[in-house]
Amino acid sequence: MPVWQTLYDELKDKGFMVVAVAEESRGAEHARPWIDQAKSSYWQLVDTDHRLSDLYNLVNVPQAIWIDEQGRIVRPPETAGSTDHFRRMDLKTRTMSPEDQAERLAARQGYLDAIRAWVTTGAHALPPASVRANLPKVTPEIAEAHARFRLGVWLRAHGRAAEGDLQMTEASRLHPDSWSMWRQAADLDEVGKASGPEFWKRVQALGDRPYYPPPKL
Amino acid sequence: MTVVLTPAAEHQVAVHDGLWMSPADAERVTGWTLKPEGMCRADLCVPLPASALRVNEVDVVAFWAKLGGPVIASEQRDVWALGAPAGERNAALEGLQAPDFTLPDIDGVPRRLSELRGKKVFLATWASW
Repeated sequence: MPVWQTLYDELKDKGFMVVAVAEESRGAEHARPWIDQAKSSYWQLVDTDHRLSDLYNLVNVPQAIWIDEQGRIVRPPETAGSTDHFRRMDLKTRTMSPEDQAERLAARQGYLDAIRAWVTTGAHALPPASVRANLPKVTPEIAEAHARFRLGVWLRAHGRAAEGDLQMTEASRLHPDSWSMWRQAADLDEVGKASGPEFWKRVQALGDRPYYPPPKL
Repeated sequence: MTVVLTPAAEHQVAVHDGLWMSPADAERVTGWTLKPEGMCRADLCVPLPASALRVNEVDVVAFWAKLGGPVIASEQRDVWALGAPAGERNAALEGLQAPDFTLPDIDGVPRRLSELRGKKVFLATWASW
């Protein structure tokens, strides 16, 4: 992510670090071209079991958590700069209106500015009660979904794709809010299928609900 | 050997009839130690029903269910996943101390979040898909 490198270069001398984690169940090699191209000096980690999603109760990418110098969470998991403008794009030409493009850019810029302000002045760090109130709750169904997802990834990686697919599908059914699980359960052999017609149908079914909930900055 | 997956590790264990295993293996897999009071970790002990204990053996399926964690087996029951209990995940997050983890970078070098104590950390996910 070139924009994260810019941010890191700008703020690294102020005690700031970026940790980018690739949720990449198909294996590290799928993340490699992007990581090689990024030539990043911050940490680029590869998470083939989606362990971070389990630990932090994440449902999509990109999501971010802000952690202070004492290792405390000061902002709960939230969308890291992406917006829902893509839902209005022309699917034939895959383009957005100039207004939507401008709004999307402004929202992304606003998010990056918020990170800058946090690093330099401490702004936007939430009080503990507010962080807690905005943490999504892990239910027993979500906990089971993560266990099935873990088993599914293992089975797929060990030549037992059909059995793995069943576990992934069940994981996605148990945790319908997780776009990551749904998209990994979909056939990912061919990149793009997980953003094919089925994906769009599922996005449309959200109605007024967001795909990328905007951070409450 | 049977494969037992926990949230952060993969173990090869000798088991029978589900996940009956030696107390030493149970400790290696779960991080909990069998004592007269039950399965114990730090100051906490979870009592086990008599049906989950035999001479030199413990039923990890029964123990994990008692903890409230999910236990999932493959069709052939040769690979198992023990998931973190929902309550444990919620308590960790509500404590607000960022759950620690170790993950490899693209060259396989392990990196641990808590090494970054003293810095503000922007922890973000992405994916190629």
